[in-house]
Amino acid sequence: MEMRSIDIVVNGRGRSLEVAVHHTLLDALRDDLELTGTKECCLVGECGACTVMVDGRIVDSCLMLAVEADGAEILTVEGLAQDGQLSPLQQAFLDKGAVQCGFCTPGQLVAAQALLDGNADPSVPEIQEGLAGNLCRCGCYFQITEAVLSAAEGGHR
Amino acid sequence: MQTFAYERPATLAEAVALLDAHGPDARVLAGGTDLVIRLRDGSARPRVVIDVKRIAELSPEIREHDGIVTIGATTVMTDLAESKLVRRLFEALAEAAAVVGSVQIRNRATLAGNICNASPAADTAPPLLVYGAVVVAAGPQGTRRIPISEFFVRSGVTALERNELVVAIELPVPTSRTGAAHLRRTRRRGHDLASVTVCCSVDANGVTRLSYGSVGPRPVLTVDESGVLADPTAADAAKAPILERMFADASPSKRSMRASPEYRLAMLRVLGSRAVRTAIERLASDAPVEE
Repeated sequence: MEMRSIDIVVNGRGRSLEVAVHHTLLDALRDDLELTGTKECCLVGECGACTVMVDGRIVDSCLMLAVEADGAEILTVEGLAQDGQLSPLQQAFLDKGAVQCGFCTPGQLVAAQALLDGNADPSVPEIQEGLAGNLCRCGCYFQITEAVLSAAEGGHR
Repeated sequence: MQTFAYERPATLAEAVALLDAHGPDARVLAGGTDLVIRLRDGSARPRVVIDVKRIAELSPEIREHDGIVTIGATTVMTDLAESKLVRRLFEALAEAAAVVGSVQIRNRATLAGNICNASPAADTAPPLLVYGAVVVAAGPQGTRRIPISEFFVRSGVTALERNELVVAIELPVPTSRTGAAHLRRTRRRGHDLASVTVCCSVDANGVTRLSYGSVGPRPVLTVDESGVLADPTAADAAKAPILERMFADASPSKRSMRASPEYRLAMLRVLGSRAVRTAIERLASDAPVEE
């Protein structure tokens, strides 16, 4: 089993890891760094439960080898809250009832945060497109859209 | 996941040498949105995975020079969809790139990977065929250029040799005014592959190029030079038989789970006609995408 050392920045903190080259970024985050907020689910890039940001762009971490992340800056759901305070987006998910079983929530949050980072005031169709890669089997799509709208710049709507 | 060796060459020469040395035991890794799935399910079992994303010659650049737009092999769908140059000159390709998978997939999936995977449902294939793309491939003997019309052999098989890899995709800048559109039909946006994927262009000389995928083992390009299809004043009755002839190369499989052959053929007619109409409208409006 071939191992490689990689240097990554995860949620603002530099980490050096020895990873097996056939392990994914998802494996490294969950098993090596014990950041288990990022979920493993479909493993084919359809459900979005494993969504993380890599250099500011969301990816399915189940489809990216850990070695490919060498040198990258990664944001997981654990990096959204600051100083023990939920981010406005996280708070909006709670306030709007966008969390039912919660399994898809970390991926939804990271994808929604990336959307808001690039578009401070997205329309409903833009939110739906931005989150099209994140499935919610509880069917909270309406509430999730409401939460993103309320966390957006024009959040008073 | 199965184990394999991982190589991350820094130069094209290194990558070609690795491919040449390992032959069928090597697989090229670009965005990984197809390959990692296949590594996991065992349908690909390479001994060596060659990650080409840090090769300078394959950098994710889109540049125009001497009437040719060159798209580096590691350019991802997001960059293609957002490129002002691509949206202005090759609108239908930008449209196709914008509907591949989800944001997560488009941030990783490359144009080169989409064509090398050679899925009959590849959304970028019809626009590349319509725009007359050329694939630049490098191998031990040097570089060669493969017209995209010769690139797709059948599902999963391209004209590339085992020891070749794609360096870039070249698109000739249209020499006459052109309107084009890409359309697709899918069961669910954000996840599913296309049940039908269609692209049409019409130019000021009356030439209509219509290409479609996911309705046979490889994407098809057909051309009408009669001027009738491109003519906004021509009657539908005059266009219908021409369109029927252009759709004649569709041969959807009965075995695909995504849609029945009957449904695909019906949707091909709907989307094909719609793509022709939209291309004509865009040519007439002559309003390029805002920059």
